[in-house]
Amino acid sequence: MASLRSFVRRTSREVRAVDDISFAVEPGEVVGFLGPNGAGKTTTLKMLSGLLHPTGGEVDVLGHVPWQRAKAYLRQMTLVMGNRNQLQWDIPAIDSYELNRAIYRVPRDDFRRTLDELTELLELGSLVHKPVRQLSLGERMKCEVAAALLHRPQVLFLDEPTIGLDVTMQRRIRGFIAEYNRRHGATVLLTSHYMLDVEALCKRVIVIHHGRLLFDGNLADLVKRFSPHKTIVVELGDDAGGPNGPGGSGGQLGERDFSAFGEVVTAEEGRVTLRVPKADTARVTERLLASMPITDLTVEDPPIEEVIEQVFASGPTESERENERAPVAHE
Amino acid sequence: MNGLLDAYRAQFKVTFAVQLEYRASLAIWLIGTILEPTVYLVVWSTVARAQGGQVGGFAPEDFAAYFIVTMLVNQWTFTWIMHEFEYSVRMGALSPQLLRPLHPIHLHVADNITYKLLTSTVVVPVAILLAWAFGARFEPQPWALALAVPALALSFATRLLLGWTLALAAFWTTRVFAINEMYFLASLFLSGQMAPLALLPAGAQLLATVLPFRWVVAFPVELILGRLTPEQAGVGLAVQALWLVISLGSMTVIWREGIKRYSAVGA
Repeated sequence: MASLRSFVRRTSREVRAVDDISFAVEPGEVVGFLGPNGAGKTTTLKMLSGLLHPTGGEVDVLGHVPWQRAKAYLRQMTLVMGNRNQLQWDIPAIDSYELNRAIYRVPRDDFRRTLDELTELLELGSLVHKPVRQLSLGERMKCEVAAALLHRPQVLFLDEPTIGLDVTMQRRIRGFIAEYNRRHGATVLLTSHYMLDVEALCKRVIVIHHGRLLFDGNLADLVKRFSPHKTIVVELGDDAGGPNGPGGSGGQLGERDFSAFGEVVTAEEGRVTLRVPKADTARVTERLLASMPITDLTVEDPPIEEVIEQVFASGPTESERENERAPVAHE
Repeated sequence: MNGLLDAYRAQFKVTFAVQLEYRASLAIWLIGTILEPTVYLVVWSTVARAQGGQVGGFAPEDFAAYFIVTMLVNQWTFTWIMHEFEYSVRMGALSPQLLRPLHPIHLHVADNITYKLLTSTVVVPVAILLAWAFGARFEPQPWALALAVPALALSFATRLLLGWTLALAAFWTTRVFAINEMYFLASLFLSGQMAPLALLPAGAQLLATVLPFRWVVAFPVELILGRLTPEQAGVGLAVQALWLVISLGSMTVIWREGIKRYSAVGA
């Protein structure tokens, strides 16, 4: 019934995919762009690369308004989308590269040099001579990345460049991005659901959620600000339960109860993980060392995934709540 | 200009390689291309014979010449962008093309020309064979054949730009199939592909004349067949030029507006 109704009367609702996001990126920076699915990351990258015309606001990349798509701008940037391809499916990648060389007007010598470099860094080998449809997902992605960089762009927008790849391939792409940034001083804006990508590549992260900016700063500060907890991992001597201890339930390990020290995350095999409020870390550590037969103790920040989850759950920040009270027109 | 030629050359190679990968489907397309005018030819020749040898001044051997030349003109000037463009917009495949420092239409033109050069190696010999088999009667004029070259170029450019203009509707509605179907049907009747325009009712002839259809197919065909006076040829070329300007203008304006609406769906 609903579909019949919408067939007769089309209704449309305006949805703001991205709303009032402001940030500046310095040349040579590698910035991680984080947010859950549907947060507006890809929309933002599409605006920055010039695919989308926003209804309002200003964007300036390398002195250009992206969506005017000036040739001078397009020659200096690239957009890689992990779930998209630009390579011709039926022919070897090298033929598509040759087309890109002509379109971007890359001098032949430069082209050969860049291709050699990319072949080495990405370990392309003979892959570029096989029809693209015969390549595995990871091989194809490497060829796609090379295609996107043949014109030596200064600005790289990478949307999930490692999506669907196995761990080895993820690491290779990641290493490549870092190396490309180092060699050519390129600016990189990257989205990824793999926190390893972000941790390995980005000092700075920008977090958006529901199209709004939640955080912009150092990855370390993000952890500090959004995670009020520390993780304490202790290992106990053999007499404290050990491998024979019952382990596990109710914060107890053997005879000992750890729940008095903080929230017990895991307790097994002579090893207990506790979550404690950041401010109490020192005090709890001291008490633990004094009252338990501890052989090893480490204090860690919680895993970055956990922090990010926390950020997303925390919703809009104070200033945004104020904005909502006094609506601003976004033309 | 050199850079553009380089891009065209590179696209020639890509299209060539892709078409060779799909030899079988290319062959099937070609069979359709050749069969369609052959059917019209046989039908109209039969009608002519049944009516005592002629229909509206066309004898069977004139019909043969007409439909064979129409096949060639159509093969050299038709475009298929409408079939691809909706898909590109809907699936976001347009995105990579938009991010290159070259208007996507250039690669389409290069693709199109390559396809035509490639298919001509089959279609032209088949046309000669058909002309021999059906005893086609040609009375070409050298001056008219010379003018046919710019006429074909104008027709190709106009059909391509009109095709793009219609295809751009995909920016507003991602289902342009219905619009395409109407255009193809109108084109089939009004451009002289099913029957010489002289045999159509007066109303249809008028419609074909005020719309671009007559000028992009029937006009170059009649020019090649030597059925036009120099004055008619001059008028035809002028009207062709006018349609080229109109289609270029509308394509440019609609592209500029449409691209703002491109939402790069999932792209």
